[in-house]
Parts: sequence; C-alpha cells; structure tokens
Amino acid sequence: MNRPPVYELDAVYKKQSDSFSLEISRLVIASGETLGLVGPTGAGKSTLLRLLSGLEMPSSGAISLWGHRHEGNNIESLRRVAMVHQRPLMLSESVRYNIEYGLHVRRVKSAQQRSDPMLERLGLSRLVNQDARTLSGGQLQLLAIGRALVVEPEVLLLDEPTAHLDPANVALVEDVIGEQKQRLGMTIVWATHNLFQARRTASKIALLLSGRLIEITDRETFFDSPSDERTKDFVQGKMVY
Amino acid sequence: METFLQVWPVLWMSLQVSGLAVLISSLIGLPFGVWMGLSQFSGKSLIVSLVHTGMALPPVVVGLLLYLLLSRSGPLGSLGWLFSPQAMILAQIVLDLPFVIGITMIAVASVPAELPGQLRSLGATPNQVRWEIVREARAGLLLAVATAFGRSLSEVGAVWLVGGNIEGQTRVLTTAIVLETGKGNFSVALSLGAILLIVALIINLFLVRFQWRVLP
Repeated sequence: MNRPPVYELDAVYKKQSDSFSLEISRLVIASGETLGLVGPTGAGKSTLLRLLSGLEMPSSGAISLWGHRHEGNNIESLRRVAMVHQRPLMLSESVRYNIEYGLHVRRVKSAQQRSDPMLERLGLSRLVNQDARTLSGGQLQLLAIGRALVVEPEVLLLDEPTAHLDPANVALVEDVIGEQKQRLGMTIVWATHNLFQARRTASKIALLLSGRLIEITDRETFFDSPSDERTKDFVQGKMVY
Repeated sequence: METFLQVWPVLWMSLQVSGLAVLISSLIGLPFGVWMGLSQFSGKSLIVSLVHTGMALPPVVVGLLLYLLLSRSGPLGSLGWLFSPQAMILAQIVLDLPFVIGITMIAVASVPAELPGQLRSLGATPNQVRWEIVREARAGLLLAVATAFGRSLSEVGAVWLVGGNIEGQTRVLTTAIVLETGKGNFSVALSLGAILLIVALIINLFLVRFQWRVLP
C-alpha cells in the first residue's frame, strides 16, 4: 500500500524581499524519497527548506505535512523533522551538549547512548568535551549533521550540509546520511549546488531558478533527458540565470 | 573613624544597601531586559531611548526628586522612609535599573538572529529557545549585575540626600569619605576609599570568575 506523501505544496508563494519571491504551484514529496534540490545561489533553495521546516510560513498557499496543514506551531509535527542549516550555529557549550541538544529538549533519557556512536562515526569523539565554538568550520558542519541525525527524524532537511567540507568528509557525510536513511527510512530534502552530489544521493531532483520550480523528475530523467531546456543547460553547466 | 569597629558598621551598611538594591534591580531588570531583547513591538525604540536616558541620570537629581517625594509633605511622605536605608535602596534601584535593563537587552539582542530558528529546527519549543538565548547571553547578564553593583557601591550624591549620612543608621563608605574629607581627615578618607576599592575588587573577582567560564 502506498504511504501518503510527506509534503504537499499547493500554490505556495513566499515574498522574501522586493526583488525575490518563491512561487511553487505544486510540489509533492513522497515518503522515503530523497529529493535533491538544485539550483544556483539565490534560487530559493534555502527559502523552500525553511518553509518545509516550518520556520517560515508562506505568504499565501498551503503546505501540508502528513496530510495536515503545516502551521509551524505543532511541536509534535515539528519534532519529526530536523534541519541542517547552511551556516550552523552552536551553543556556548561542549560538543556533547550540542550534539545532544535535540535529545534533551525531547527529554530523551538515553541521550549518550545515541550520541556516542554518532560522535564516533563522525570522528568527533576526541572533541566531546571541547567548547563547540572552538571547532573548525568543517568540524562544526559535521557536528550540525550529527545533532540533526541523533534525534532520528522522519524528515531530514539539508541545506548545503557539505559546503565547508573536504572531499573525504563529504564522502563520510554522504555515507552516514545514507546509513541513517537505510536504518530509519527517512525522507530527505537535500539542497546542493553540487550536481554530482545530487546525482549520488537523490532519487528525485528538482531544479529551482529565480524562485520558480523549473522541473522535478527522477534522477535518470533529470540528467539524461530533461524536458525543460533550462534544465538541459543547467545540467550541462551553462549559465541559465 | 579609625578602628575596624568603627568602620565595620559603615561597611556593613554599604554592603546591605548596595546588595539589596542590586538584588531588587536584577529581579526587575533582568526579566524586563530579556523581554526587551527578545521582543519586537511598536514603541520599542522609545522605551530603549528612555532606558538609555536613564543611564545618564545624575544621582544628585535622582536624590533630590526622591527627597521631595519622600519628605513629610511629599506624596510618599507617609512611608516615613526619608533618612532611612529604605530610601537609599530606592535611590540606588532607580539609578541601577536602566543599567541592568539596558545591558541585559543588548546582551540578549546580540545573540545571533539565526540561532532561534536553528534550535527550533532541532525540536525546541519557543520557551526552550528563549531559555537557551538567555543562557547564551549570560556573560552579558553578569556584566549587567556587576555594573549595577559597582554603581551602587560608589554612589554618593543620591544616598547622601535621601539617607542623610546619619552615623550608625545611614552612613555608608562613600558618604563617610565625603564627611572625613570635609573634616580634613584625608588619611581616614583615603583608608575608607581603599576599603571601598578592595570590596569592589573582591566582588568583581567573584563575578568575573563566573563570567570567564562562559566566554570563549
């Protein structure tokens, strides 16, 4: 039996500034899928993720999450979703405090049992007592991914999570997220400007240009036979914006 | 005023008046400053301007106004607080509050604007987010308390006017220094000044110790 979609967006419009607005007539994100969100800088990827996370509300239109209107104030629904931000901020506390933050707010008692394996997997174990503000940019990014994964979300929203990482750590992050997806069956929306990464990780890919959803299709079609000329140009690395 | 037995009541009165004034200012000012730092509302800039103006209040003017309010014919004369420690505490609260509110507000507002959203996307409730912002601003909150304490301990104009510098009742270190200077007892005045500085140093060492723990 088909599971109902996780997200349904209908006629969503979000005015971000006088010069930029996001407009999506229809977008459905199925349960268990990994949607790669690609597009140039400023295309609206982060805005869309913030709408999906409930951090921002659309100016008009409707977003439903598991069939219910996504209002952003239903804490139980919000706790089924976790987001990794492009520029992660840490609390002025230890690495352990930060990675376990999402568990503590949920009153999870066995926080350490979940955080220790994640710290180990991400290579952060030796830094566990270090002040999180003293970490390097790459370590911060790894910690941000870890703190989102330990809460075992049903939906994971990723906003350029590997932007500050070296190739080895990019591979590590992709592996760790892949393992967690395998284990938990998460639905993932992964914003990236790296087409190779989208090809490696996503089952479906959407192209955003200037706040408009140009094309959304399965990975093979997106790269091999896209229907929109702008998608073809984008895949071929031509300037389309 | 030469022996410890003579200095002790004055020192103890200073600590009591300043301590209580800072405690009450903190109980009112810290929550109000946090609220101001977290909230956006019309008229906020007016309140911020008033708070900043309050930081520039001349102590003598505050003392004079409270004197008129608390004098027997004044609107608060029935309290019978004039020339009492209560009046001195009230004067110091009026002087301390703008500092506690203003510094707290800036400390809270200086927490990165993206942090609340990032905490919410990890499952924090609005109250959990507010609490974490206050924790992030804790060095600033300690600074607010330390500043208020320093101002209270060193204040002389307002406490002289509303306290009257009565020996054994409302005499504090600062008013005693002014008195001894007026009498030409400079060595005594200097000794009292040294005691005042040492007390301030000990208290600030204690506060700074906490503060450095939370600074990067």
